[in-house]
Amino acid sequence: MPKTEAKISGARLMVELLEEYGVDIVFGYPGGAILPFYDELYKSTKIKHILVRHEQGAIHMAEGYARSTGKLGVCIATSGPGATNLVTGLTDAKLDSVPILAITGQVATNAIGTDAFQEADIYGITIPITKYNALIKSADDIARHFQEATLVALGGRPGPVLLDFPKDVQTELTSIRKVDKLKIDSRHYQKPPIGGDLDSFAAALNKAKRPLLYVGGGAINANASKEIRELAEKGNIPVTTTLMGIGAFPGTHQLSVGMLGMHGTAYANKAVLECDYILNLGARFDDRVAKPGEFAENAVRAHIDIDTAEFNKRVSVDYLLHGDLKEVLKALIPKVNKVDRPEWVGFLDTLKKNHPLEFDDSTDTIKPQGFLQKLYEKSKGKAIVSTDVGQHQMWAAQYYLFEEANRWLTSGGLGTMGYGLPAAIGAKFGNPNKTVICVSGDGSIQMNIQELATIAMYKKGVKILIFNNNFLGMVRQWQELFYEERFSESEWNYNPDFVKLGEAYSIKGLRIANKSEIDKALEFFLEDDDARILEVMIPAEEKVFPMIPAGKSQKDMIEFSDTVRAGKK
Amino acid sequence: MKHILKILVNNHPGVMSHVSGLFTRRSYNIDSIAVGVTQDSEISNMVIVVKGDDSVVEQVKRQLLKLPDVIDVEDLAYHDCISRELVLVVVKVEDSNRTEIISICEVFQAKIADLTKTTMTIEFSGNTRQVEHFMEMMQKYGIQEIARTGQIALKYRST
Repeated sequence: MPKTEAKISGARLMVELLEEYGVDIVFGYPGGAILPFYDELYKSTKIKHILVRHEQGAIHMAEGYARSTGKLGVCIATSGPGATNLVTGLTDAKLDSVPILAITGQVATNAIGTDAFQEADIYGITIPITKYNALIKSADDIARHFQEATLVALGGRPGPVLLDFPKDVQTELTSIRKVDKLKIDSRHYQKPPIGGDLDSFAAALNKAKRPLLYVGGGAINANASKEIRELAEKGNIPVTTTLMGIGAFPGTHQLSVGMLGMHGTAYANKAVLECDYILNLGARFDDRVAKPGEFAENAVRAHIDIDTAEFNKRVSVDYLLHGDLKEVLKALIPKVNKVDRPEWVGFLDTLKKNHPLEFDDSTDTIKPQGFLQKLYEKSKGKAIVSTDVGQHQMWAAQYYLFEEANRWLTSGGLGTMGYGLPAAIGAKFGNPNKTVICVSGDGSIQMNIQELATIAMYKKGVKILIFNNNFLGMVRQWQELFYEERFSESEWNYNPDFVKLGEAYSIKGLRIANKSEIDKALEFFLEDDDARILEVMIPAEEKVFPMIPAGKSQKDMIEFSDTVRAGKK
Repeated sequence: MKHILKILVNNHPGVMSHVSGLFTRRSYNIDSIAVGVTQDSEISNMVIVVKGDDSVVEQVKRQLLKLPDVIDVEDLAYHDCISRELVLVVVKVEDSNRTEIISICEVFQAKIADLTKTTMTIEFSGNTRQVEHFMEMMQKYGIQEIARTGQIALKYRST
């Protein structure tokens, strides 16, 4: 039953609920319809508000913060344009299962639906891109919606939630601070019991001669790295990860075969073709990885996931287990045989040797792959790395290895250009003592470059690496390979001087174009904890290999060596 | 194949958008949709008739269960439930065929809800097959307007 206490305003209550929940940082941008809330935030000593330059920056920062800390990310925007600027970030968080709470201002309840100034039906707009959303109609409902929203955001498969908060509800008084009976079913936030037959699942795995683990982002959300390692080592099972799963298993481990899929390693994709059993751990048979009907077609396929809607969605499986991955693996591991697989592991070792990640390093120009290898060495693989979207993203995924989860922040599902810089800022706020590097391209960085101001304002030591080829590199790559080199609107010669732009925000920068400059540049880049911009000029024709063309399967992979043989580079 | 989904949802505004939006977004084909409150005023019952093979409908069910406002989803088999649809139809009438139409209505146990010199508004309820059959009979007189509710359904209690 609701407790009766002194009445406080809706805005005050919302701030207190955030404080009680343990939120100590929020990213946002004020505006008319959210002012009562901001006025209460002003009085809070527990919550630090980070002022951004664009609401999209705020939500990506909240994502970077959430993904690097495992906590709930919170962002605030005003009504109308403020709220609609969150749409890309909400979609991004939905596709990558990131727990985000977005609070948006809304025009007063009596003005809703009248096309009032700065009014948008953000509740309606965000229905398909949130896990849960609500228009708060009365201050008495705030507590319930807040409890439901936070539980849903983090429960089960995490995701974004949105609370739309009309201005008059922010000033309305209420005494209801806590609600015992929620309207949503507990299945949306409680850990589900393990569903499926563990014994037959384990028996199938024990029968396999050439098993492979295929690890997705769900493994990171479930905090299951330890169990995955245990399972892999006990059964000597090689491990490949998706783009989202990077870090869930140590990239340097002998059993790691790196990333699979469109730009995965040749040995991971060949492992998929050769395995006789594939176990999907919290991945979703995404279209950049699996072609229905052809994915691991000769293998027994098994899947463990917390979201039952992922079972048999794109690829049908023979065995499935439903539940929290950590819990399921804990129950499964004792049933899995300890096996040495010298032949299978040896086979993959040979594949690694014969089909390595390759690039032509014979010229004086800087190759992004080689540069990233150096960056990995110099930062000792300890950095948190965020990326934007494009070639640089794939090179970073291939050449920067991660030992731990929550250090690789990339927009996997939606492929959001403009994600990298704000995500890095959010991660730096969550991990002030770690090196945070944003790897970007000349195209991507310009999609949210205004957040340089946020770095300058809070003196956050985010390292920004820009690979500049005066092209939309990935678009160019596709145009070169599949559109007979018609570079329709992918070339641009009107980039700003990124170093000077950094200087305008008091961020030191450097541009390099020659291989001989790399070592010094990296020293400059990583020497202290200040923000830096490093612009690296790279050849426009450099491509990401291996590559599986869109809609094709592992069998159609093009390797670097194939293009060399064909006389192309 | 057609499936009748009985979906229990929280009875508040916006739930319908959540549910129907899910169908639109995944381009699942809805044949009909009918919503009404249950014996518990907090809960509504939605009956959605959807076309698709079993795997599509299974996917629909799982996606529906992910919505916080969805309490339960049941796939009712056609042979296992009582389903009804109400239709109001306006047909053109002439002096020469009025009696004929009235006698057809008697056979079908359809009610005549309104009558003018030139039109007749008929109310009919039955399962989909009966409704289709009735509409077919009315076709030849010239249908001027139709309002259909979409199907509602409940499971048979008798074994």
